[in-house]
Amino acid sequence: MVLMVLLLLPFAAAVMLALNARASRGAHISIAASASAAGLLVLLGLAPGVLAGTPMTVRIGWIPALGLDFSLWLDPLALLFVGLILGIGLLVVVYAQGYLKRNEATGRFLSFLMLFQGAMVGIALSNNVLLLLIFWELTSLSSFLLIGFWRDRADARQGARMALAVTGGGGLALIGGMLLLGQAAGSYDLTTILGRSGLIQASPLYPAILVLILLGAFTKSAQFPFHFWLPHAMAAPTPVSAYLHSATMVKAGVFLLARLWPVLAGTQMWFFLVAGTGLLTMLFGAAVALFRNDLKAILAYSTISQLGLMVMLLGFGTAAAAASAMFHMMNHAAFKAALFMNAGIVDHETGTRDIRKLGGLAAMMPFTAALGSLAVAAMAGLPPFGGFISKEMMLEQSAHTVVAGQGLLVPILATVAATLSVAYSLRYATDQFFGRRRSSDGPVPHDPGMAMLAPTAVLVLIAIALGVMPMTIAGSLVAAVACAVTGGAAPDVDLALWHGINPALTMSVGAVAIGVLLLWRRAPIAAWLAKRPALDGKALFDAAMDAIVGVTRRVILVVHVASLQRYLFILFAVATALAVDAALTPGGLPAGGRPTLPAGPAAIVAWVALIVATVAVVVRQRERFLALVFISVIGLVVALAFIHLSAPDLALTQIAVEVVTIVLMLLALHLLPKTPPSLSGTLRMGRDAALAIIAGGGTGWAAWTMMTRETRDTVSAYHWANSYAGGGGTNVVNVTLVDFRAFDTLGEITVLGIAGLAIYALLEPAARGVAGQRLRAWRKDTPHSPERHPMMFVMAARLLMPLALLVGFYIFLRGHNQPGGGFIAALVFAIAILLQYLASGFDWTDERRRIGEHPLIAFGVLIATATGLGSLLFDAPFLSSSFGYFHLPLIGEIELATATLFDTGVACVVVGAVMMALAQLSHVAQRAARYAEAKPEDTVNDAEALQ
Amino acid sequence: MSLEFLIASAIAVLTAGGIYLSLRGRTFQVVLGLTLLSYAVNLFLFAIGRLVVDRPPLFAKGVTDHADPLPQALVLTAIVITFGMTALVVILSLRSYLESGSDQVDGRTDIPRDETPL
Repeated sequence: MVLMVLLLLPFAAAVMLALNARASRGAHISIAASASAAGLLVLLGLAPGVLAGTPMTVRIGWIPALGLDFSLWLDPLALLFVGLILGIGLLVVVYAQGYLKRNEATGRFLSFLMLFQGAMVGIALSNNVLLLLIFWELTSLSSFLLIGFWRDRADARQGARMALAVTGGGGLALIGGMLLLGQAAGSYDLTTILGRSGLIQASPLYPAILVLILLGAFTKSAQFPFHFWLPHAMAAPTPVSAYLHSATMVKAGVFLLARLWPVLAGTQMWFFLVAGTGLLTMLFGAAVALFRNDLKAILAYSTISQLGLMVMLLGFGTAAAAASAMFHMMNHAAFKAALFMNAGIVDHETGTRDIRKLGGLAAMMPFTAALGSLAVAAMAGLPPFGGFISKEMMLEQSAHTVVAGQGLLVPILATVAATLSVAYSLRYATDQFFGRRRSSDGPVPHDPGMAMLAPTAVLVLIAIALGVMPMTIAGSLVAAVACAVTGGAAPDVDLALWHGINPALTMSVGAVAIGVLLLWRRAPIAAWLAKRPALDGKALFDAAMDAIVGVTRRVILVVHVASLQRYLFILFAVATALAVDAALTPGGLPAGGRPTLPAGPAAIVAWVALIVATVAVVVRQRERFLALVFISVIGLVVALAFIHLSAPDLALTQIAVEVVTIVLMLLALHLLPKTPPSLSGTLRMGRDAALAIIAGGGTGWAAWTMMTRETRDTVSAYHWANSYAGGGGTNVVNVTLVDFRAFDTLGEITVLGIAGLAIYALLEPAARGVAGQRLRAWRKDTPHSPERHPMMFVMAARLLMPLALLVGFYIFLRGHNQPGGGFIAALVFAIAILLQYLASGFDWTDERRRIGEHPLIAFGVLIATATGLGSLLFDAPFLSSSFGYFHLPLIGEIELATATLFDTGVACVVVGAVMMALAQLSHVAQRAARYAEAKPEDTVNDAEALQ
Repeated sequence: MSLEFLIASAIAVLTAGGIYLSLRGRTFQVVLGLTLLSYAVNLFLFAIGRLVVDRPPLFAKGVTDHADPLPQALVLTAIVITFGMTALVVILSLRSYLESGSDQVDGRTDIPRDETPL
């Protein structure tokens, strides 16, 4: 459970920060800092046990069917990584207090930063590869938000988008790789996977798994040729660069390689892909860094190069190399974060990051220059820093690496990279802090406050301590981590500045000497390079993005023609073609031998009426009122069919729905054109008719074959048997609705409620704008009856009201045992109220209504849900019902069931939704007129818009 | 003539009419078409329980011959949802007409007869 706390702390802080966005900067900083500090304390408490060899685990089943568990563990590797994340996180938060200006959105910034921190902790702790993927994507998203934090800056937005596209794209590949990995291993559980390396490396999927996972790791860790997003991510605020883009997020790829080292490493393919990419990236990054002029760009390319170093070491596939990589990860996190913070200070104080304009800062800001120079020495790999030790370890490892019989190739290239890194490191310090100031724009810079200096100082101290007393601080940690990475015995870890004179020391000394020389004689190379056309990753990326967008747009223009008629035709045609194909296959759709029922003369007459009415609707469709009359004939015949075919509930529902549907259509038709000219030509009508006849005939045949076959055993028998015994009602249809399948009904009334609200949303604004203008014009042109509310109609409707309500109530109560129930009762209620609207007008009725449609819908859904939840209190499944029979004097036996309560909810929603549609529609024109009276000035503009 | 034939042929005619009207160019015709299609679909779903005359699904002890209650329950909700859908489509077409001044299904005002896109 402690692990859950560790994981949730940053997320909790993120939520708190987001909710208190208006609090002071100090409050924001203290929330974020205390969350990081608390996490760090928890971690320190856990560290001794974990390092002693007992990883902590916690597992909660999430979606077991998919193999997705919420499973966390803390082993030494995770410990190191979480320690980096929380430790550097804390320092960065403190630094941000000095860095962010007072008027900046610190709440939003720190909220994103904590979101990122939580996602990173999640990656480190995940013991399930699917869970790891979720956190992996979350880091890409939070990185996107943080790079684009200054959203008014174009370079920030572009950099954010590029980072998201590259790391997100890599994330997609990683998803594929992880799914295949889980398939090959037979589990998504990380610990299980790590134990099955033989199975995975023997699997034919191994090459695909490796390539896909490497794509994910290389894009995240900015390996060549996916490195180009990292320099553009430098548009982010400097705390973000220090935290995400040097110390933690870009190391997630390295972490992943280390995490999966036991199952993936050790093959030829691994060696060439991983070590090769790492070596190339190390060289490339170091070379580019030497010739950049922006402080943060130099650091970014240096980061790319150093990440390449770690990737290369992991690629070597030996335990000692893995240990070196882990030690270098610690060193790099310390000195690179310090350098980014330092660059932020310089930028903050001088207003520029261009190294050509800086110089001589040591005189003006001595502390900054001292800390910066020390961190640079660590980056250059000079003694007595940790960087020296890890660089020597790297050279030592490369000296042992033989490629294709060549024992010199890798060590030479590694030395070249080390030489370059010495050169760019020293240039970074000398050009910036020493010599004379090359530009005197702006005020004289000073050392900043403690908030910005202290975190840098802490990191520099760590960088020194890692070199001076490496075994005391990091010896056992590195050994334990290396052991966790390799999954085998701990390698012999001997961290020390002095190992005697050996090849690695010679290479290291040579690198420093040539590096200094290179720095001194750099000018001609720089001049030569300046004449070359620069190969810009951004230009290539933009071109690729433009090409993708162009292709997508062309495809969309072809596919999406915004024509409902075309879509519907394709839909019907494809469905018909599939059905015809199924019917024509051998064995297709033969009719069965079930005995049929004879049709009486009444049934035949009704059938004729239905056929004639349907044909009439189609033929007379343009005379719209007439078409509605025919529609209602069809509805009536369908209701009669339900009565005849033993479905009284359906018949009642059909009749009631028919009434409200026809009223609704009449109201709408009132506003629509009555007899518009036809739009379709003969050819088109012929084509549509042909499709309609084939589809109709096919559907009819399908219905015929189905009805003439015997039924199989269905679940209906269960409903019948348990209706009275279990549900307490004899009307099996109603019991099914409110009990057996109550969950369906709950979903259905929710949809109905949403439809009601959508109708409101569609009609509410119709009184304004162009629509309102049209409605007012329509109102003016429409003849009105001289007698608006005929006396006889009004009186009859008012007298009918209580009677109708009584009938509705009766139908509602008997529903459980006799035909009736909530749906039908609600429709009767709605019709009774609707009648008042029609007879007495909208205003008269609306004044006398106590409850509006919105509360009715909300109340209905809530009461139905609450009834369902109530059963949970009695340890019964959601929506179980309970009932009992009670004897009341005079009235007799009555039944009380929780299902009645549920049915009440159903009734409320149905009344609300029906009234919403009809009441809104009935007075939309009236509202438009009133809107014009209330706001005449608006309507003038609308009238102009209509012209 | 059997009842099964009457129902099957009614479903056929309603489906054909519904599809034909749904493919027309004006919103109100599409609404009519959807209404016809809904009748057909509801009848089809109902017929899954097979046709039974005069034996409604009201439980009584010992009765084994009765109409299938489950399709009836499903169709009952389907009828109500049909109303919700029809209402939404009607209002949608009304709003579209009010905004665009045209009751063509895509809200276009510029399509002369015979030139609608196929």
